[in-house]
Amino acid sequence: MKIIVCIKQVPDTTEVKLDPVTGTLIREGVPSIINPDDKSGIEAALQLKERLPGSTVTILSMGLPQVDVAMREALAMGADDAILLSDRPLGGADTWATSSTVAAAIKKLDYDLIICGRQAIDGDTAQVGPQIAEHLGLPQVTYVEAIEAASEEQLVVRRQFEDRYHIVEVKLPCLITTLSELNAPRYMSVGGVFDAYREKTVQLWNLENIKDTVDMDSIGLKGSPTRVAKSGTKEVKGQGELFEVNPDEAVAVILEKLTAKHII
Amino acid sequence: MDFSLSKEHKLLQEMYRRFAENEVKPLAEEIDEEERFPAETVEKLARYGFLGIPFPKEYGGQGGDVLAYVMAVEELSRVCGTTGVIVSAHTSLCAAPIYENGTEAQKQKYLPDLLAGKKLGAFGLTEPGAGTDAAGQETRAVLDGDNYILNGTKIFITNAGQADIYIIFAMTDKAKGTKGISAFIVEKDFPGFAVGKKERKMGIRASSTAELIMENCVVPKENLLGKEGKGFSIAMKTLDGGRIGIAAQALGLGEGAISETIQYVKERKQFGRRISQQQNTQFQLADMHTKMEAAKYLVYAAAMKKENQEPYSNDAAMAKLFAAEAASDVTRRCVQLFGGYGYTREYPVERMMRDAKITEIYEGTSEVQKMVIAGALGIK
Amino acid sequence: MSKHVFVFAEQRDGVVQKVSYELIGEARRLAGELAQQVVAVLVGADVGKSARSLIAAGADEVIVIEHPILKEYVTEPYAKAVYAVVQARAPEIFLYGATAIGRDLAPRVSARVHTGLTADCTSLAIDSETKDLRMTRPAFGGNIMATILCSNHRPQMATVRPGVMQALEPDDTRTGSITKFDVAFTDADMNITIRQVVKASKKAADITEAKVLVSGGRGIGSPEAFETLRALADAFGGEISSSRANVDAGWIGRERQVGQTGKTVRPDLYVACGISGAIQHLAGMEDAEYILAINKNKEAPIFGVADLGIVGDVNVIVPKLTEALKKRQA
Repeated sequence: MKIIVCIKQVPDTTEVKLDPVTGTLIREGVPSIINPDDKSGIEAALQLKERLPGSTVTILSMGLPQVDVAMREALAMGADDAILLSDRPLGGADTWATSSTVAAAIKKLDYDLIICGRQAIDGDTAQVGPQIAEHLGLPQVTYVEAIEAASEEQLVVRRQFEDRYHIVEVKLPCLITTLSELNAPRYMSVGGVFDAYREKTVQLWNLENIKDTVDMDSIGLKGSPTRVAKSGTKEVKGQGELFEVNPDEAVAVILEKLTAKHII
Repeated sequence: MDFSLSKEHKLLQEMYRRFAENEVKPLAEEIDEEERFPAETVEKLARYGFLGIPFPKEYGGQGGDVLAYVMAVEELSRVCGTTGVIVSAHTSLCAAPIYENGTEAQKQKYLPDLLAGKKLGAFGLTEPGAGTDAAGQETRAVLDGDNYILNGTKIFITNAGQADIYIIFAMTDKAKGTKGISAFIVEKDFPGFAVGKKERKMGIRASSTAELIMENCVVPKENLLGKEGKGFSIAMKTLDGGRIGIAAQALGLGEGAISETIQYVKERKQFGRRISQQQNTQFQLADMHTKMEAAKYLVYAAAMKKENQEPYSNDAAMAKLFAAEAASDVTRRCVQLFGGYGYTREYPVERMMRDAKITEIYEGTSEVQKMVIAGALGIK
Repeated sequence: MSKHVFVFAEQRDGVVQKVSYELIGEARRLAGELAQQVVAVLVGADVGKSARSLIAAGADEVIVIEHPILKEYVTEPYAKAVYAVVQARAPEIFLYGATAIGRDLAPRVSARVHTGLTADCTSLAIDSETKDLRMTRPAFGGNIMATILCSNHRPQMATVRPGVMQALEPDDTRTGSITKFDVAFTDADMNITIRQVVKASKKAADITEAKVLVSGGRGIGSPEAFETLRALADAFGGEISSSRANVDAGWIGRERQVGQTGKTVRPDLYVACGISGAIQHLAGMEDAEYILAINKNKEAPIFGVADLGIVGDVNVIVPKLTEALKKRQA
């Protein structure tokens, strides 16, 4: 099975803190990581490779040159090769432009299965996977929480909803998006890290590589139907009253205040 | 002279830190309390290649270098001194001497399992009467047909009881003194080999440290490591490499204690302000950090020399001497900065302090290191 | 010319989902500002009977697409149906609930249409000058709020976070039209086979419905402490919920998680016990009517949003509070 895993390098937004003095986000020093849902995608691909010998796992990403280290990490986990799509005109892309560009790259490759993480922890949209599937005309199954069976012809997966799940059978080629609940991704191995830099390569692609498959009106900031009008830290609700008293007094205060507010 | 880490080493460091944080740190306190060898951790270490780092792939190793190995021991020790020494003893004191001195047959037989972590290794030199005076070996090995018969006792052996393969030193010719000592690869199931009493220790309490008792232990003659009479030199060379591992363990312990302390002093308030705002705290940490940074350069430099096959014995001795003494000093001062809380087992620094002490003693005491360094200086 | 505010009326097993009513309520407000109409799009098998409830909730028109192929949600038949409506009717705005269905369907449709889609919006507004839709949503893991525009493509599509918008009081006297819309489905549209549908066995507590939530963070100390919180929740007639940390630790189920990656709740009373108040958690509960926070640490960020903050030990104060409440009720 030829598997392509699309990944994104993201700032670790769970580590971001607010500067207590200025009230703005501290962005420097925030570590860059492989998006967690995507990492589960890599793990799923590696497990499929183990189940179906002869399979290959190719990692694909669109981003700045520094994304190289995320590609190496995926290679160190056991992926076979990696392609990093990086070019100035691609910057500022919304999900339409991102998915169009990534799909253009995928069209240059042979594949049976595309795996995307369900959503990235910086953009939080969960849109790119399904949009890539549309651009490629592939069936999609999102919110995959388990892969029950796999063969060279099809996958059987558990698709999560809030109140139920579906066991679905989908023929290849198709695209799935993975939840981090799907698996516990392996660490890189020591030998894997050396291999990632010595034996394996990260191919660097730019617009030239995809010029015959890409729609130039659908790339980068210019090709994005949506744009950010403004952004900022949230206005946080103001502080109320604070009491530091003994437990019995505390209970009395709570009852008094809740009664005053007609909550009890 | 480029002091920056290569991309591979940076990525490795990232992996080591995540692994240590997620898989090793959560168990550190419990295994120390219970004096329980972390078998489940060893299994995970094996899976990710930690038990065969600086050996070539052709024998099942990870194809890494000495620096990669040293950094692994450092990062593991940062959160758990015991886990660091399990890797160090196995790698430097068992796998390495077989790799460096073994016949092709011995390497093919033992290295794949050791480097895959399917089997754990240990090193048996120290005896009740032969510590720093390692040459005073009482354990005897007598050739009898196709086997050597070993008789004697080893003590303070790290990984004893958990290991499958032991490098054992014994006297084959008492008349020749140090040139009468030989090295043997001994499997735990050889007849006459037993693990004796387990030591109750001050620190690295989850590390399995015990006696080895050989009573007419039958060792096939193919298991002689190197030539007869070369054992002492093999032991000394092996310890040179082991020293770098222990230096890395000390380095990690000191760094780990400092990390914990920095976090604590930013939270702890006395006299209406954080104790991190007190100049004493700031100066202590500045001083300790500088010491551990200096130790780091000595350790990494010794690793690079070994990697480049340059003479490194003196560098290893300096690294171990400095790092071990720095770790003991730093961990003690960190407990002090924690105050009363640091003395309780609620916080990890007292364990780090207890763990650090042994680095000044095993694999050559600080005094032995000074002998080596003075020797290298030509001071007679 | 694109016109009218469309709402995807999500249904499961023929039951219209609460978020659809919330969206119609919001669509009414937006349509008012545009002097346009609200059109609900109801897609499913045998769902026509629910059309009236959508009108009562504020829709001027309900487009009904019914076909057996639409019984359970599968992407392609639903995308085909919604796409056909978009092509036929050229909506100005199209809203979907940001649910496991909406977040699968909307991106597929937006790509087919070639228009912009904004995910997980928590607030919508019509720009007074351009009349464009201003879509505001959390980003960067919930650490910032971004306002997005889709100026040059139609429809402007958005998925909207459930539990945030206000549904209108249902009014059976409201009138509206019901339009049957035919889509020519083929067998090939069902490009995925559903082997099994497994519904959640017990009626999982829906914390988004609770009027009072007693929520536990890392500071409660142990999984057993949730029993203490449950006793208080019972005294209030509410439910227990949790921050992410305790869910990740396996102390309680994910269906009780409040926060950026959990559920958004707007109870009348939110009692935050041993919760530090990380931004990702606040994102899920800061719009609660009244927030009571109990935490040992005076510096905990939760006190910055709490209406009433008590510095103290949750495991001492909560049992006392429960007792006092029970005495009052007796």
